[in-house]
Parts: sequence; C-alpha cells; structure tokens
Amino acid sequence: MTETITTTRKDWVSNQEVRWCPGCGDYGILMAVQMAMTEIGSDPDKTAFVSGIGCAARFPYYMNTYGMHSIHGRSPAIASGLALARPDLDVWVVGGDGDMLSIGGNHLIHAMRRNVNLTILLFNNRIYGLTKGQYSPTSEEGKITKSSPMGSIDHPFNPISLVLGAEASFVGRTHDMDRKHMIDMFKRAHDHKGSSVVEIFQNCNVFNNGAYGDITSNDRREEMIIDLHDGEPIRFGHDGSHGVIIDHGVAKIVETADVGVDALTVHHHDNPDPSVAFALSRLASNPDAPTPMGVFRSVERPVYGDVLEAQLEKATADKGPGDLNTLLHSLPTWEVG
Amino acid sequence: MVTRPNDAKYVDGKEILVTDTDERTSEIPEVERIIVRFAGDSGDGMQLTGDRFTAASALFGNDLATLPEYPAEIRAPAGTLAGVSAFQVHIADHDINTPGDSPSVLVAMNPAALKADLPKVVEHGTLIINSDAFDERNLKKAGYESNPLEDGSLAGYQVITAPMTELTKEACKDLGVKPRDAERSKNFFALGMVSWLYSRPTKGTYDWIEQKFKGKDLVIAANMAAFKAGDVYAENADLWASRRVVRPAKLDPGTYTNINGNTALSWGLIAASKQAGIPLFLGSYPITPATDILHELAKHKNFGVRTFQAEDEIAGVGSALGASYGGHIGVTTTSGPGLALKAETIGLAVSLELPLVIVDVQRGGPSTGLPTKTEASDLMIALHGRHGEAPLPVVASSTPADCFFAAIEAVRIAVEYHTPVILLSDGYLGNGTEPWRLPSVDDLPPIKVEYLTEPNNVGVEGAPDFMPYLRDETLTRPWILPGTPGLAHRIGGIEKDDTGNISYDPENHERMVRTRDAHIAKIAESIPPIVPRGDVDADVLVLGWGSTRGAITAAVGRMRRKGRKMAQIHLRHLNPYPPNLAELIKSYDKVIVPEMNLGQLAHELRAEFLIDIKSITKIMGQPFTPAELVERIEGAIDD
Repeated sequence: MTETITTTRKDWVSNQEVRWCPGCGDYGILMAVQMAMTEIGSDPDKTAFVSGIGCAARFPYYMNTYGMHSIHGRSPAIASGLALARPDLDVWVVGGDGDMLSIGGNHLIHAMRRNVNLTILLFNNRIYGLTKGQYSPTSEEGKITKSSPMGSIDHPFNPISLVLGAEASFVGRTHDMDRKHMIDMFKRAHDHKGSSVVEIFQNCNVFNNGAYGDITSNDRREEMIIDLHDGEPIRFGHDGSHGVIIDHGVAKIVETADVGVDALTVHHHDNPDPSVAFALSRLASNPDAPTPMGVFRSVERPVYGDVLEAQLEKATADKGPGDLNTLLHSLPTWEVG
Repeated sequence: MVTRPNDAKYVDGKEILVTDTDERTSEIPEVERIIVRFAGDSGDGMQLTGDRFTAASALFGNDLATLPEYPAEIRAPAGTLAGVSAFQVHIADHDINTPGDSPSVLVAMNPAALKADLPKVVEHGTLIINSDAFDERNLKKAGYESNPLEDGSLAGYQVITAPMTELTKEACKDLGVKPRDAERSKNFFALGMVSWLYSRPTKGTYDWIEQKFKGKDLVIAANMAAFKAGDVYAENADLWASRRVVRPAKLDPGTYTNINGNTALSWGLIAASKQAGIPLFLGSYPITPATDILHELAKHKNFGVRTFQAEDEIAGVGSALGASYGGHIGVTTTSGPGLALKAETIGLAVSLELPLVIVDVQRGGPSTGLPTKTEASDLMIALHGRHGEAPLPVVASSTPADCFFAAIEAVRIAVEYHTPVILLSDGYLGNGTEPWRLPSVDDLPPIKVEYLTEPNNVGVEGAPDFMPYLRDETLTRPWILPGTPGLAHRIGGIEKDDTGNISYDPENHERMVRTRDAHIAKIAESIPPIVPRGDVDADVLVLGWGSTRGAITAAVGRMRRKGRKMAQIHLRHLNPYPPNLAELIKSYDKVIVPEMNLGQLAHELRAEFLIDIKSITKIMGQPFTPAELVERIEGAIDD
C-alpha cells in the first residue's frame, strides 16, 4: 500500500466525457469512488483500475489513474497478475453482474479463494445493459426481457451467497442511492488486506428501472434496509422495531418487542465461521423483502501476494540469488576436450 | 545477390562393425551407433529406464537423441497394446540429429510391447525379452494366438530372453523386500542387461539410484540388486558375441549437459529475464505436454520468478498480461486446446501493444487429439487465430537445446517491440533430449528495456504532453509502468488514438490497423538474413520449421553424400520472415517443405511468395525419420 496523500475529488476525475445514460446509477457510484479515494488518501499515480466489458466496465476511463479496460469477464484474472507483479499498487476491479457472475464467474470465485489483494466493485443492476436488455445471472425468475419474452427460466445467483461460498475474506453490500454508505463500504473494502468484494445495487433506468426501488427509495429504506453494524444486534425499522435472529442456522425476521433485544443476533463480521453471514445473505433473494446492507464478512487470511513474496525471499535465502551459470550446470555435465 | 556458402559438414553414420581391436577397445566390437527402444507396460518404468540409459550414455560422451512415447492414460489397462510406453534413444560416436530410423535393439517387457514395437525394429535386430511376462493371459491381451518366443516367428531376429521378473525377485529375496515390490524393480534388471551389452559405465547409475530414491532404503537396495543381477546375467548368459561398444563422439570442446526442450525453454525464459533485467511472471494452467515448464519455473523462485497456477487457460494468459502491464515479462505456457482458449486475450494484448510471450508446446489435434503425441499443426492458429486484424510475431524452436535460444528470442521481440509473441515448440522437442554444449552466460544476446518516465510530446502552447501510443522509428509505443508519476493513462481493447483514449473515427481505425501491421512487419529488420546450408549450386531447397530440423538435416545429408545437390533452410521466424527469404526462396527450382501437419507452412509460403511448393506431410503423432524423408524428398524432386 502507498503512503497516504491529500487529494481533492478533481484529482481523480479524468479528462474523458462520462458517457453513461443520463440518470444511470453509475454516476453516483463514480462520484462516491472518487470521494472515497480522497478519504483513503490514495495516490492516483499508484492506483490502477481494471475492468472487463459492460456499462460498468467503462469506469477506468473516467478515473484519472492508471487503468485497463480489458475483455469480457477476465478482469479479476488480469488484475491478479498486476497485483502480484506490483504489490506497491492499489488495484481495483470494476464490473457488472454479467461480466463478473456470468462470463467471468470462474475468475471471480478463484480471486476470492486465493485472497489476492484486490478491491472488487460488483455493479449489480440485474440486467444486460450494454447489449440493450437481456436477463442476467441475477435477474429474477420470470423476468420479461428481449431474450426472455415469456419470462426468464434461469434461477438467479445471490452474489453475496456466492462469494461467501467462494471463501471471500471481505464481503460488503451497498446501493447507489446512498453516497455516504457507498464511501464507507469502499474505504473499508480498500483497507481490507486480500480480496474484497462490494456488491452495489445499481439502477439501470433504461433497461431495468426501479429494480431496487422497493428498498432503496427514501421512503422505504427504514423498513427495508437492514444495516449491519459490527458488534451490534441486527435491527431495522422505525426505532429498531424489527430484528434478525438465527434459528437453526436460518435467519429470520422478528419483531423486537416479541423476542426482546437480547434475543437478537449480534453481528460479528469477523466471525471465522461464515454460516451466519451466509444465513443473512439468504434473508432476501429479491429486493422486495428487508435486505441486509453493510459488511457481511471481514476476516484476516493470508494474502496470496504476501505469501508468494515470502516464498521468493525464502528461496533466495536458502539458495542464494539465482545465478544463471549455476543453473545451466545444475544437471549432470561432462567435458569434451 | 544470394549468398550460398558451402557447408558440407554433414555426418550420418551407418551401422558398420569396426572389427579392428586395439588396446583401447579390449575385445568388444565397436559400432558407430545403436538405437535402443525400451518398451513395456506404462507401469513398468520404461521412461525412467530409457532416461537412465540416456544419461549414462551422455556422460560417457556419446552424441544422442531421444524419443519418449507414452499413452495419454496414466495407467492404461495393464498388458494391452494401448498401455505400451516406450522410450527410444539413439546413441552415436558422431554428431547425430534424430532418435533414428528404426531401433536396432528392442527391449520388450511384455507381449504387448513386443507386438506394438516389433514392426519398427530393423531386420536382424536384437530383441531383449522378459520371458516371464509371456504367459497365456498376457499373450491373449496382446492378441497373440501362439507364443512368439516358441512358434518361430522371431527367427529373423537375434533373440535374448531372460526371466527378468523371477530373477529380480530372487535377487531381492534376502533384502527384506516384499516379492510384489521386488517385481517392480525388473526394469533395472533390463537396464543392467542393456548396460552390460552396450558397455555403459555403471557407477553413474549406482549414484543416481541412491540419489533418486533417497530415504527409501529398500527401494534403493532392490533397484541396485536388480541392476547388478541384470549385469551379471548378461555376462554369464554367453552374450559376449552380442556385446558392442559405442565410442564417445567427437563433439566440439566444451561442457555438455543432456537436456530436454521443456527444461531448456524454462531456462531460456529465466536467462531472458536476466538479460532484460526484469522479473519473469508465469501464468499457466496444467496441460500436456507443456506442464513441465510450469514445474521447472516453479523451482526457481530465487531468480525472482513468480509462477501462478491459474484457474483456467484464460486466467493463465490474463494474469500474465496483467503482470506485463505491471512491468514484468508475462509468460503463459500451453498446448493447442489452451491456445484456442487464450485467443481473445492475445487479441487484447495485440490491441494494447503490451509484451507477452505465449508458449505453445504443440500436440496432436484437433480437440483433445493426441495429448501425448507430437504434431506441428498449430502454425495457422498461431499466425491467424484471432478475430480482427491481429498480427503478431511467431517464432519456433527446432531442437531440444534450441528451445533455450528460441525463448530468449521470443522475449527479446516481445519486450523490445512491445507485442505478444507466440513461441512454438512441440511434444517431441519438449520431452526429447540431446546433449547441449552449454553457452557462456557472457555470450547471451542483450535485451533492451526502456520505460517512459517523462512526457513524450509537446502539446498546445508548448506544454509537455504525453501520448501512450506515440511511436518510435520501429513503430513501437513506449512502456509506461503504472506508478510512474504524472503519466497515469488508460488503455483498452476498444480502438484508440495515440492518446490511448477511445476513438471510433473511421480514418483512425484504418490508420491504427495498418500501423499495427507495419509494426510487426518492421521486426524483420532485427532478424539476421537466413543463410542456407548445403550446395551453392543446388537447384532443390528443403525448407523446414520446428522439430523437423534433425530429420531434415539427416535426410539432406544422406542425399548429398549420394551426389544430389541440395540446400536446406530452417526457419526460426515464421512471422515476420527473415528479410531475405523472398529472394532466397525464389532462387531454387524446387522448394520442398516437410511438415508435421497437412502443409500449413507450404500454404503460407505459396500465398506469400506466389511460388509452387512441394509439401511433404506426416500426421501420425511421431516425428519424421530420416529414411522416410529421403524417400519422400526423392519423390517430391521427381514429381
């Protein structure tokens, strides 16, 4: 990680015209990332954004940092190579639900289990936007789109459940209507050592407008968003009217008055056992029920790059710095006079 | 003016008995060369046995070439033809090029091995057979209706049988080794016999057994006992008449090691990293026959080598590209199926203009094809296998040791010209071995690396400006490491202009496509002119690429010794070609191109130079032998 420096948001804005559709949730996310950068104290020259393909993947062009707009789905793999070659850089990965969970699903899960030092922003708008509106791996069953005129018959991924299953060491969720919450999530994801992923509920106002309206609109948030706070009972609703308990491994919503505050599950994001986080991720499979936001999981685990560098150091300590002439003579040799 | 120096120093021996015996040779008759083929079940340890015989011969000072052949299954059904694993080694007292035409000696550990490989053996060749394995069950599995050891069908050969299994068990019985385990040492009994028959020094083998099986004392004891028992058996079984010696070859002075192509290629990558002064990053997914490069490089972390076993082929090349972007030499290693999967990422590297080396150790295709057999049928996909106009340099190695230099050349082009490069090897080169006169580290070619650290342009009103795609005289763009202060920029797979930013301008796209093409073509200026070998006044040119070099060299040598005027060219650079190739190729009446595919280079040359090419092809998973090439080349000349 780099030393912290002082920047303003302007230092993070590139000279490129932002070309998302007017009203796209991505604008808010871009703004929040740029503001988070100033709070983190990152250096734009020591920061790299890597993306795949999709609307979200245009992100690097708008950041005044190093960046690569690569190919569909492969950004976690390319970013892994960059992060391992250059531990001195802050490497961020940006992609959408199609990019990360469909064509690039394999790379995402393996980046998680390896715990390469990457901060991954998963823009989930539950639709293919850049190809103009087909169901995505997070679209709800029955969704009518151009490629599913009679309703999608695909069962969707729950991205939080997926990455928890993939051994992620940091898992967070936020949404594009709450800048302060986004900034907080991005900072915490960045500061985590290892792979961190933040799912961002993002509205596509052209092809899937209002996908999250039932939970993210101002008048619905209090009763529909369950804010997760480390070390605190999981409560939401007006004056904490509701809460969450884990019953036989299953998360359930209860009225606080019925069970008492002490009976509510206390959230520990550093719980070594991911079962509770997983149960919380299953509370809402569609954004029509109270949905947890915040840090689901944040645990310390050996970081791939650190261990790799330690192996290089150990090999050098044990065998000495590599000498080419010694290498060439390392198999049996014979002399011809 | 076409340069055609006369280089007639071809040597290629025939198996002639040298009968004069002086004090130097004792009474053992000398032969110029022998070709031994060890064949058995895939669990019989034939690769190990062949390898060991090779090493003993190498240390003795013979020139040699090897051809391991094994089934794709780790354990194919025991005793069947499909399960036969073989290792052929050609040892000689002179400079040789190939594992030989036909084995003069076949070691057959079971009926299936005899059945599979007997047709390859020369007339009156020697058969060394484990008679214990010739029971009814094994004979049936191999498809023999009667026992060939008894029915007279081997009358044309010199047959030496030994009850290897029983004698090995007997030799081990006082060692505390279980009979079942003892039986597994029977390959060392065979090795002991063959070592005695061909007068190989034994000390090296004893040392090697101790080293190889360190910590497994019973295995060491069993293998030693079996080896000695084989040696003694051969001596006592009145095989003196069959005993031969192959004297050390007169090779150029120097220090030699016996090396296979995958190891040489790995060392070449490490050497290139040293020469360029930047670290090596390998992103790779295991695939036969390329995996040994991953194994080898993973051992050398003290050279700053980072190896990353990726989740798939695409992540292998993706991680390598990411590392290149970060300033490392990004390398990915694969075989045909993996190359197909990497195509889109290689196209991205073409568009980004980042250094990247893609190593393809070719095998039989299409699809899974013949995973453990060799072929050179990926030339077309290497040259053209990407969507859009996506040219890139392609280089090929031609012998196991040459893989070292081919790797350095691939890295040189990638790093100096900022482009992905495909390096073609194949299964025969990767697994085959040859003695290699070790180069002096000081003589290795330098690799120039430059990073841009300051603005490279002057913008409006004279202010310093920076363009990531501004090119030098070779049309190469600068390498700018992320982290360089003041040079932050974005690159991507969408068409761009010199600023790196997206451009959909029609004229810009045409300019960029043509510039990328011209950039790759310009690499030819850094390639030395190719010089043909052979007769200055030849009217026939045999042109090859890849692992056919040894067989072509031997075949052309034989034909020239018979008086046929011929020239030979072997291409390292398949895109761009050496600068004088057009002129050269057009100066011969006949151009003959032998290839282990259906004529891919022939097709390319016809299209490029508008000349007729005689194509000689073989797609059997095995290299050409010199004898068959002589016949095919003669046919092509007369055609």
